[in-house]
Amino acid sequence: MLATFLGLAEEDWSAVWLSTRVSLAAVVLSLPFGIALGWVLARGRFRGKTFIETLVNLPLVLPPVVTGLLLLYLLGKRGLVGGWLYQQFGIEIALTWKAAVIAVAVMGFPLLVRAVRLAFEESDPRLYQAARSFGAGPFDAFFTVSLPLARRGVVAGCVLAFARGLGEFGATLMFAGILPETRTLAIQVYTLHNQPGDDYETRMWRVVAASVVLAFAALGLSEYLAGRRRHASA
Amino acid sequence: MPRLEFRCRLIYESGFHVDAAFDSDAPVTALCGPSGSGKTSVLSMIAGLRRPDSGFIRLGDRVLFDSAAGVHLPPERRGVGYVFQNHLLFPHLDVRGNLLYGWRRRRGRPARADLDKVTRVLELGDLLGRMPAGLSGGERQRVALGRALLCAPALLLLDEPLASVDQDLKGRVLDYIERALADWSIPTLYVSHDPGEIARIAGRVIRLDGGHVSA
Repeated sequence: MLATFLGLAEEDWSAVWLSTRVSLAAVVLSLPFGIALGWVLARGRFRGKTFIETLVNLPLVLPPVVTGLLLLYLLGKRGLVGGWLYQQFGIEIALTWKAAVIAVAVMGFPLLVRAVRLAFEESDPRLYQAARSFGAGPFDAFFTVSLPLARRGVVAGCVLAFARGLGEFGATLMFAGILPETRTLAIQVYTLHNQPGDDYETRMWRVVAASVVLAFAALGLSEYLAGRRRHASA
Repeated sequence: MPRLEFRCRLIYESGFHVDAAFDSDAPVTALCGPSGSGKTSVLSMIAGLRRPDSGFIRLGDRVLFDSAAGVHLPPERRGVGYVFQNHLLFPHLDVRGNLLYGWRRRRGRPARADLDKVTRVLELGDLLGRMPAGLSGGERQRVALGRALLCAPALLLLDEPLASVDQDLKGRVLDYIERALADWSIPTLYVSHDPGEIARIAGRVIRLDGGHVSA
């Protein structure tokens, strides 16, 4: 199958496949919030806007391990919110695949919001107004006019966040740990690297190659979509 | 003809001051004045796209805005058909999609025309499947007019409809507008700075200057 074609050991292929699924889930999870925030930051003028912008961009600037640590303190079994969730519903988040998805979602979120915001800023706000004048309520006008016009930017943002998510390491390591269900691509590289022996080294380089190919493809697609958007809005 | 009453004040961030009051029950009322005199502002306020600081707007027996009573009808409930100066056709919809946008949202208002009739009167038959980007200025303007007519409006707002049309086509597009207004007799507010257009189409003329009504 694809794994043997790429020359990956089964365990390594699981890591690549897991990263793909985790990143996909992370993008789907963050999409509604990303669109909402992108819209609000593009169109809104309100006090505290700079604060929100800074908060959204934090994962981009903080050391990923620190972001992971903050997630742990917030959503861990003894965390601010996580503690309540565990005591009330028995929900565990830290050190599970859910933590991997959340970590990846948080790390990719600033990229998604940035692209969505740009897409809305580049579109004509008067078109939303026109839609309102023709009988569309705020949600109707947003979903039938504003969002379709920002479509390409939103997709480009998703692809970018997905690409970022594939390689996520620091936050995932802290928050999700190294467990079979959280052994994402980068963590697998790290694990293989820490084990002595040529065997592991070869495997490591194969996984590295796979991750480079995936990142290249995702990034290329994102750039292509961004480029087409520029032409389309002419 | 329902009477349009407008009495509003609005101060922009830039300091521009609009303070206008007028009444009209003519079928076509012209709003004219030099550029920057506030004509588009007045239309925006009537359409509900801009909220006046204070004032009163009434069409027939419906109050659209009343600052004293705290009434501000949202734009989607005013039933105002707006033909924008830059058409503002939806780029992602074809001509048919643009025309039907307001039609699908007319909320039970009685329709005086349907797609077939509008397509015929404005000669849009050949354009229905095309995208706005591929149309000429004059064609876009006709589609914008069609879109406004099809939302079953109680009031039509035309903002310099001939401004972006080629000189030699102006006469033709004005013919279309006249025909549509005659067919449907929807009360109309027509903004223009061209005295020729106004003389041809308007029953009542209101002059705006520096945000105030002068005649």
